[in-house]
Amino acid sequence: MKILAFAEQRDNKLKKSAFEVVRTARIIADMSGADVVALLIGNQIRGLAGELGGFGAQKVITVEDQKLEKYSSTAYAKIIAEVAKKEQADIIFLPATAIGKDCAPRVAVKLDAGLASDCTALKIENGELIATRPIYASKLLTDVKINSHVKIFTLRPKVFPTGNSSGSSSNIESLNIALSDVDFASHVKEINQASGKLDVAEADIIVSGGRGLKGPENFNLIEELASVVGAATGASRAAVDAGWRPHSEQIGQTGKTVSPTLYFAVGISGAIQHLAGMSSSKYIVAINKDKDAPIFQVADYGIVADAIEVLPALTQELKKLLGK
Amino acid sequence: MKLAVCINHVPDTAAKISISADGKNIEKTGVTYVLNPYDEFAIEECLRLKEKYTGEVIAISLGGDAHKETLRKALAMGVDKAVLLKDENARDSFAVAFGIAEYLKEISPDVIFFGKQSVDFDDAAVGTMVAEMLNLPSVSVAVKLEISNNSVKVEREIEGGKEIVEVTLPAVFTAQKGLNEPRYPALKGIMAAKSKPIEERILTSVDSKTEVIKMYKPHSKNAGKIVGTDVSAVSELVRLLREEAKVI
Ligand SMILES: Cc1cc2nc3c(=O)[nH]c(=O)nc-3n(C[C@H](O)[C@H](O)[C@H](O)COP(=O)(O)OP(=O)(O)OC[C@H]3O[C@@H](n4cnc5c(N)ncnc54)[C@H](O)[C@@H]3O)c2cc1C
Ligand SMILES: Nc1ncnc2c1ncn2[C@@H]1O[C@H](COP(=O)(O)O)[C@@H](O)[C@H]1O
Repeated sequence: MKILAFAEQRDNKLKKSAFEVVRTARIIADMSGADVVALLIGNQIRGLAGELGGFGAQKVITVEDQKLEKYSSTAYAKIIAEVAKKEQADIIFLPATAIGKDCAPRVAVKLDAGLASDCTALKIENGELIATRPIYASKLLTDVKINSHVKIFTLRPKVFPTGNSSGSSSNIESLNIALSDVDFASHVKEINQASGKLDVAEADIIVSGGRGLKGPENFNLIEELASVVGAATGASRAAVDAGWRPHSEQIGQTGKTVSPTLYFAVGISGAIQHLAGMSSSKYIVAINKDKDAPIFQVADYGIVADAIEVLPALTQELKKLLGK
Repeated sequence: MKLAVCINHVPDTAAKISISADGKNIEKTGVTYVLNPYDEFAIEECLRLKEKYTGEVIAISLGGDAHKETLRKALAMGVDKAVLLKDENARDSFAVAFGIAEYLKEISPDVIFFGKQSVDFDDAAVGTMVAEMLNLPSVSVAVKLEISNNSVKVEREIEGGKEIVEVTLPAVFTAQKGLNEPRYPALKGIMAAKSKPIEERILTSVDSKTEVIKMYKPHSKNAGKIVGTDVSAVSELVRLLREEAKVI
């Protein structure tokens, strides 16, 4: 058996999800006696390949092309499918990121393979790989298996551990895949990065505010707390719809799905659509003045009080602790 | 311009969901079904493109008779034609995409719109699968779309920013919130939709490639600890985060 792990890079830096995907492939491979091949796609990215050995890849394949400087749905899908065929991979792991979610369905069609999206756990039962995925806005979980010969899974970022690098190295093989203009039928022209801010989808800690903050001016309290703990700022839909915060910060079903280590929900009631985006966080802190707010049912720690009073005190306390 | 919009019929996200006796499905009785929220953005975008460039908007749904209700909602919003690809079996994204692609091959639209994901299984897969089956370019999670001649510039959401993707028509797009503000169907539209025909088709289908083994409720976390009821609780909260959770 062979697992192909797609290692995502952007701007010639490996994403954390790349390590998660390779490590997870290794863990599954160890349980089933499989090999792990990692795949890196981009322009002049060979230098990144070395790092992946320490996370469990026996071999790293790099596919480089000037035209691959930016993401292309069609070209990436072609490359992944061709490498999978050449390597006779049975299982393909991709991250459930903007890139992974966009090209996995194409790869599935090219390889006539079933796809399980946004998985949050994997296990082997009776020799079969079973994926757990949240459905119905995380109200339920489902265990699914894939019956096609090739099986594709996208893994929710920040859920699977990366572990530490073992320092091992792997074979690095650079592969040429002929790409013509038609292969770039969908291609990224430019990327507008949101002013160097840490994105909620990638942050270890998120401080989110909702309608309970009463107005946009009180979000400086959220930002101050976030800056002390190195967190990204998030928001509920109510705060976004009111125009207090940009849509890029919205967490939940119509926003982003996040799994940080620590999530602060401040002045957020905990509507099911909000929970859908953050209930896989490891620790949840809720600050809400209503003791019956549903957010307390998923929170590990709660303070029932006025957020406008609690936030500055909490920021102060953390500043002291962290020596800032 | 020929515009196709594929729409799904899903449980309202506010609905209480319970698992059926076989453990592999949800209990459908008593659950309110609605037009998939993301598909409203897709319909709206098609209607706006039609208003700008003239043409025809065709709404397509693959499923059982229940999907007619959702097709009527699309008619009420203003689509010109509704097509039910009749299939009473529950199928996975691959099989749904296959059925839809078969129909789209017959009508060859210039623009094909989907929602970014169905809020039932949250696969976010059907749109881009159809694009691949039809060998068309695609842009998923679109929040802005500009057409000039045959070329389309689309903004899509990514981690920490936006990507501008360029494609030429015909092409496939999947709609994210923010793309537009969907209109409410006017009463006149709702009345008119009641008498509009819904075309029914039965197409070849393929089997699902994925199989549900079971569905279950997530472990409800032990209801957390209320650390306190006023500002004085912050020092204890910080202690717990550091010593118990070890996350700070
Ligand atoms: C199809 C659909 C998709 C949706 N998608 C999303 C989504 O992606 N993300 C999302 O968040 N929502 C989403 N929603 C909306 C969701 O249902 C809720 O309306 C929304 O999450 C509420 O935001 P909120 O908690 O900030 O506001 P509210 O529900 O109004 O809650 C405000 C909370 O603040 C508390 N509060 C008030 N004053 C204070 C104070 N001084 N100090 C402390 N606490 C205070 C209140 O007790 C209350 O619990 C969606 C809804 C639908 C129908
Ligand atoms: N049964 C269906 N009939 C028509 N369109 C569908 C169907 N299922 C999914 N879609 C479309 O595909 C999008 C993505 O769905 P999914 O891949 O199931 O998350 C939805 O937003 C719809 O636009």
